[in-house]
Amino acid sequence: MKGKRGILARRDFMIATAAAGTAVLSGCFSSHNGGWENLADADAATLKAVCDQIIPADGFPSASEAGVLTYIDRQLTRHYRRHRKAYAAGLEQADRISREHFGAGLESVTTQQQMAVVSALETQNSGFFNLVREHTLEGYYGSPRHGGNRDAVSWRMLGLDEPPLRGRAQYDLRKGSPS
Amino acid sequence: MKRVNAVVIGAGAAGGIVAKELSVAGLSVVLLERGPWYTASDCRKDDLRNQRTTMLGNAFGPADEGNPRVSVDASGAMRTWLPSEGGYQNNAACVGGGTLSYGAQAWRYMPQDFRMRSTYGAPAGSSLEDWPITYDDLEPFYEKAEYEIGVSGDYSGTPFHGPRRHPLPMPPLAPNREFYILEPAAKRLGLHPFHIPMARNSVPYNGRGPCMRCRWCVGFACEVDAKNGSQNTVIPTALASGNCELRTECMAKEVLTDDRGRARGVAYFDASGHLQEQPCDVVVVSACAIESARLLLNSKSRLFPNGIGNRYDMVGRNLQGHHYTGAVGFFDYDTYDDVGPGGSIAISDYNHGTSGLCGGGMLANEFIRLPIHMIDRLPSASPRWGLGHKQAMRAAYKRNIQVFGPTQQIPTADARVTLDPTVRDKWGMPVARISGNVHPHTFDIGEVQAQRAQAWLKEAGAITTVKLSNKATGVSAGQHQAGTCRMGNDPKGSVVDRNCRIHDVDNVFVIDGSVHVNNGGFNPVLTIMAVAYMASASLVQSWKGTGLKS
Ligand SMILES: Cc1cc2nc3c(=O)[nH]c(=O)nc-3n(C[C@H](O)[C@H](O)[C@H](O)COP(=O)(O)OP(=O)(O)OC[C@H]3O[C@@H](n4cnc5c(N)ncnc54)[C@H](O)[C@@H]3O)c2cc1C
Ligand code: SF4
Repeated sequence: MKGKRGILARRDFMIATAAAGTAVLSGCFSSHNGGWENLADADAATLKAVCDQIIPADGFPSASEAGVLTYIDRQLTRHYRRHRKAYAAGLEQADRISREHFGAGLESVTTQQQMAVVSALETQNSGFFNLVREHTLEGYYGSPRHGGNRDAVSWRMLGLDEPPLRGRAQYDLRKGSPS
Repeated sequence: MKRVNAVVIGAGAAGGIVAKELSVAGLSVVLLERGPWYTASDCRKDDLRNQRTTMLGNAFGPADEGNPRVSVDASGAMRTWLPSEGGYQNNAACVGGGTLSYGAQAWRYMPQDFRMRSTYGAPAGSSLEDWPITYDDLEPFYEKAEYEIGVSGDYSGTPFHGPRRHPLPMPPLAPNREFYILEPAAKRLGLHPFHIPMARNSVPYNGRGPCMRCRWCVGFACEVDAKNGSQNTVIPTALASGNCELRTECMAKEVLTDDRGRARGVAYFDASGHLQEQPCDVVVVSACAIESARLLLNSKSRLFPNGIGNRYDMVGRNLQGHHYTGAVGFFDYDTYDDVGPGGSIAISDYNHGTSGLCGGGMLANEFIRLPIHMIDRLPSASPRWGLGHKQAMRAAYKRNIQVFGPTQQIPTADARVTLDPTVRDKWGMPVARISGNVHPHTFDIGEVQAQRAQAWLKEAGAITTVKLSNKATGVSAGQHQAGTCRMGNDPKGSVVDRNCRIHDVDNVFVIDGSVHVNNGGFNPVLTIMAVAYMASASLVQSWKGTGLKS
């Protein structure tokens, strides 16, 4: 179930990139109106690579699989409008670092190379790196209503009950002998 | 507009109490509040948008648009802040003020907190002073606040508190897991742990039910209305008296004065932005420490060219709050039980009596940490991002306890609110400009407190601890803001007298955290409430004796 969700999310992402924002997508593509509200597709591809280095997949979804791009994209048209320029410049810089060192855009180099680029970004443009780190963690660990933390996946990962059991989690109901 | 007896500006902790006390005593009252009145259906629990965690905005005001403030740091650098950013130093803007969404810790200060200068002497460069009132003066009003607002808890475990005539009206909530871990450790250290006093129903009280122990308390409104603020206690009583009219989304602009130097009314912008004048006999300013100072400074006239109450340049000075210090302890078993509100156990052994320190502070375990609160509170060696960060989140989230406390502040006259010469809000009024810092001795106290928190956590079995001592370069005057209209007997060294009346204007009162001479080593709200009850009683008395009617 977990793995399948991950694969689905990745495939949807590729379709979205290919469709270049023209087609209305069916299924569960992360952005609810069928495309990004703010991000250009190329920027979304770079951002996905950055976010998934900040929170990679392991037994639990990566940032983008949990909807973090939807979170950031939506907020760039709402509360984080003021950060749009920083995103445009920062993503462009990340892509440029990747092309200079590895000869290809960030979304198409290897995971190891992406990690190296994001580390370089952290030192070369700490302002943008801190912003995107913060926003990625917000999207992943914040409330699902904003498009990230899909199905409260991070809360489940941390062992929180979802939906919350309002005060009942203090009892370990598995304890004791079966009778 | 029809003249009323009193206009109260701000329907928060203090303003709600004043409105109730005056209206029940028979005065006609208009209560002006810049924010709306939220109901339980507006209380949505959003981890990214509440009153404490505000990356996506303040849930309970002010809105980010049109309400800026300015700060100036030690190097003289200026910055404009949005209300949802930390440097703004926000509390709240809605009916209930901070008390709609607060953590509801309801502390009495200790007798020494009212006698700081006499007890310790004032460190050079500080403006540490005694209050003109004592703990004993305030005790009956503390009690009144505890019973009318509704406080649960149990002081019986500690000798470190002022004398009280009665116990709290409600027992504490049942302990959570952190309580059971921290209590024996504190006792082994010879300390006196006890249940935090909380303005929260543990049993049915005042016609409302008890807390259902959810995950989202501090920073949020309570969907079962078990958290007690002015919005569900005194303000409804004020309205039920028939003598109080609450006008929401009304922003007071200035106190208007006549040519004899007395207040004649309040000018305010109504919900549709129109300027209105409400004539009255008495004005009470209860807009919270930063906005109350701003309002007085903005109330300029021929007789008060620098703002009302500001003849000696005292309005806005001595701004203070609390720098929190403490420690995070990481354990090798689950310490988290998902039982709200989370904060449950405290010690006040360290508030006074350490040689070399002017005071100390209470230490308590923290409210529930939402996942977002942990992203930068992991063990020191944790990576900031990548798989390592994700693994550290998983390892630490349910296995940490945080012990923090509000360090006693040593105030300075330079920590202050002035009017910004250029930046204006959406109504065209000059905004608050915040500069200066508390005295550096504050940080010495904070460092010792952080070490004490660390020791408590170690004794409780923490494998590693991270000490968070706070050496901030600016004031920390957000939720706990206080001090800007100091109470005192000397008209040259303070703004209001012991009855919260402005020294040179007999019908203008400032009643809220502004009047605190110092802010104690405890969260301030119960003291704000007790002072509001006390000042209201004396105001009603003068009214009856009638010095105030014009
Ligand atoms: C998340 C949070 C947690 C907290 N936890 C605690 C706690 O556990 N314990 C504790 O002791 N304290 C706590 N506090 C702080 C506490 O809420 C404040 O100390 C208290 O509310 C201050 O009371 P006040 O009367 O001075 O101001 P407020 O309660 O802020 O009331 C002032 C009111 O005036 C209104 N106002 C301002 N300017 C104008 C104007 N020009 N015209 C009209 N209206 C105006 C504001 O909108 C506001 O509603 C917390 C606060 C917050 C936000
Ligand atoms: S913890 Fe209790 S008082 Fe606080 S919001 Fe939840 S139910 Fe209400």
